[in-house]
Amino acid sequence: MKHFYRYVVLPALLLWATQVYAGGNDDPFLVMGKVDQLELRQTEGDDPVAFEGQLWAGHDLNKLWLKVDSERVDGDYEELELQALYSRAVTPFWNLQVGARRDIKPEPDRNWAVLTLQGLAPYQFEVEASLFVGESGRTALRLVSEYEMLLTQRLILSPEVELNVYGHNDPDTGVGSGLADVQAGLRLRYEMRREFAPYIGLNWQKRYGNSADLAAAEGDDIEDLQFVVGLRMWF
Amino acid sequence: MNTPAFPRLSRRRFVTGASAGLALAGLGLSLTSPKAQAKALPPVLSGNQFDLSIGYLPVNFTGADRSATAVNGSVPAPILRWKEGERVTLRVTNHLAHDSSIHWHGMILPSNMDGVPGLSFRGIAPGETYEYQFEVNQNGTYWYHSHSGWQEQTGLYGAIVIEPKDPDPVAYDRDYVVLLSDWTDEDPGDVYAKLKKMSHYYNFQERTVADLWRDIKEKGVARTWNERQMWNAMRMKQSDIADVTGYTYTFLMNGETPDSGWTGVFKRGEKVRLRFINGAAMTLFDIRIPGLKMTVVASDGQNIEPVSVDEFRIGVAETYDVVVEPSGDQAYTVFAQSMDRSGYARGTLTPDPSLTAEIPDMDYRPLLSHGDMGMAAMAGMDHGGSAAGHGNHSQHAASGGDHSGHNMGGMHHSMTGMDHGKHSMKGMDHRRHGMHASSVSDKPGPAGFGSRAEIHHAPSEFGPQVDMRAEAPQSGLHDPGVGLRDHAQRYGRKVLRYGDIRNLYPTLDRRDPEREIQIHLTGNMARYMWSLDGIRFADAEPIRLTYGERVRITLVNDTMMTHPIHLHGLWSELETGDPAAIPRKHTLLVQPGTKISYLVTADALGRWAYHCHLMYHMPGMMREVRVEQGGRGV
Repeated sequence: MKHFYRYVVLPALLLWATQVYAGGNDDPFLVMGKVDQLELRQTEGDDPVAFEGQLWAGHDLNKLWLKVDSERVDGDYEELELQALYSRAVTPFWNLQVGARRDIKPEPDRNWAVLTLQGLAPYQFEVEASLFVGESGRTALRLVSEYEMLLTQRLILSPEVELNVYGHNDPDTGVGSGLADVQAGLRLRYEMRREFAPYIGLNWQKRYGNSADLAAAEGDDIEDLQFVVGLRMWF
Repeated sequence: MNTPAFPRLSRRRFVTGASAGLALAGLGLSLTSPKAQAKALPPVLSGNQFDLSIGYLPVNFTGADRSATAVNGSVPAPILRWKEGERVTLRVTNHLAHDSSIHWHGMILPSNMDGVPGLSFRGIAPGETYEYQFEVNQNGTYWYHSHSGWQEQTGLYGAIVIEPKDPDPVAYDRDYVVLLSDWTDEDPGDVYAKLKKMSHYYNFQERTVADLWRDIKEKGVARTWNERQMWNAMRMKQSDIADVTGYTYTFLMNGETPDSGWTGVFKRGEKVRLRFINGAAMTLFDIRIPGLKMTVVASDGQNIEPVSVDEFRIGVAETYDVVVEPSGDQAYTVFAQSMDRSGYARGTLTPDPSLTAEIPDMDYRPLLSHGDMGMAAMAGMDHGGSAAGHGNHSQHAASGGDHSGHNMGGMHHSMTGMDHGKHSMKGMDHRRHGMHASSVSDKPGPAGFGSRAEIHHAPSEFGPQVDMRAEAPQSGLHDPGVGLRDHAQRYGRKVLRYGDIRNLYPTLDRRDPEREIQIHLTGNMARYMWSLDGIRFADAEPIRLTYGERVRITLVNDTMMTHPIHLHGLWSELETGDPAAIPRKHTLLVQPGTKISYLVTADALGRWAYHCHLMYHMPGMMREVRVEQGGRGV
């Protein structure tokens, strides 16, 4: 199969593609799929499976970007969020992304317009800052930052923080206005290959303010510390 | 007498049932049939008529069967031996499934013979033959390689040795080609895609928490913070020495892996001329032969005043000829370590094939310094030198005379240079419009002494495609280069510097340049985008030269990589401070954050390629140089 690809499919593609020029094409169309987190979280109740991934396609400066964030318990989605974005490089280290977000779970579903600044901040912090504007004047802010510490060339400790802030109460989906929740993770992965890294770690979540009150009223935990085990992969 | 170089017979190479052949049969294309058994490779072809056949060759360098791109069933391609003054005819037939080409690297010839698809000719389509024919009006060591796709990475490179018409000024009894290259089992297109997705993919020499801890123990928290602060703030990595490393590469010497090793045999009392050629795609090598002084006698095929050294760096596509005088009773290792010390190629020079020589350890892994970011050299700021924590002061000691204008002011400008966001939208528009941004000065200084022009960053350099700009670039002439700067102090080795090179013969064109073109080597490492003046090849206008004019090109390296820049068709006459003996090169290393100047006499009409010879930089970091008839010049 590999040989079929290498000697039949590739040459055919090359023949079909534009003429091979002196320097070749410096900016080919590429597709990258990435599973940032695929993990089992150990809690007191049912252990959820979390999945956070992205898929982009495009060129150096312009890409289409899909993002998925989900949590499943017993085979049912408790959380399922999809984003489809157009991403454009605006500075050497930053991309501006605009598009749509759809929260399929929890129900009822919510739709948002998205504006995200994504990139690498000084001191090598990966940052994603998003503004969401939804129906009925709903607004939300999300800030995600991740850092990588190389214990060895392949053993990497990665702290991560996520904050969510909402403009209005939305009791149906369990969020209250103001700072709603903070998630902090610490994951230790081993890159068997760059593309494949199993990890273990800790994930801590806490709800705040109105969101905490809503959760308490539903009988949900306000604070949770989970042991996680998972895989990070990309192609 | 000169003995042609034959690598030894034994070879880890599988030439068995070819999966490539089967698949190609399905495409209905012919294929040069691989020989049934291993043979001495590469063969030597001499004369003035050559039939070269480009095809696939099953190879196994690492234990995995792969398909290489070969000439006449050989990787490296055959050694071509020509005679100066003769007219050579080379009929090149393409048996690949897609277009191919051969470029005669360093040869001065008509532009339609230069072998660059899109500029010189249309390329050679599958099944077609292209007849190259030109007069050989030079002598020395050169090489040839494909200029199509990634074929050079997959094996299409070979040596050219041209015998001089007049008596050779170099005395030797035996000569060997030592062709260095880098082999990967990966598809080169995959390598490029990986670099675009994760630019540090192949770097397994990054600084770890343990390095941080050791620095803090040795230097204290404050100094460690200060040294790293700039790198962290700029989102750059000091360990970023090579884009593609020994993680995927197997480094070859005359097609032999480090395990098998190439062997050159000599007799007692012989002077041996080694013709080093760097035919790698991405690897700069540092070469030495422990126990032997090397007398460098030629650079890029051109005779130079002999320089005795212990070590030299060879950039991708450069050639250096050295003469060694080994004693007759021991074997020596020819050691070529990659610049990032992620691996090495090696061979043995021996009077007796049964003798072996010790293989030395690789030297320390270099780190970039602030100077490599094009920042002003300031005492006490530049501690980057090496992974073992030693200082890096030799660069500044060595770069005598090139400190003009490097002061706190330069430092200050560097800081503003870090404000990437400022002009980004504007820069992006320029990228799209493909304007020609090179700054041209009409009052250049006299020939031989390099540029006195101010460093000018064009608007096209500001945008998401460029992550840094050197604000106070020093001359790269007297700097041995990243990772070699303290070899004199540390190991007592004399390392060749460009400033040491003087042409053996007087400069032919003694005119001063009429104008100076300043070109910036630019890129964004994280996005893995490479360009000149912030403009990639696809969006760029040609650089126009008038036939007959003498022009200075000053290259300013606004990146942290060392780029080998190759101008086709015209000599690049390196200004090393002596106008009377300017060395002629075809490929020049431009060190990170530095500038370097050379003179070009536009004496060949046509369209010429001009590019970084690092394979995965070339697609973007490239220009057409167009030499046209015009009113100016001679």
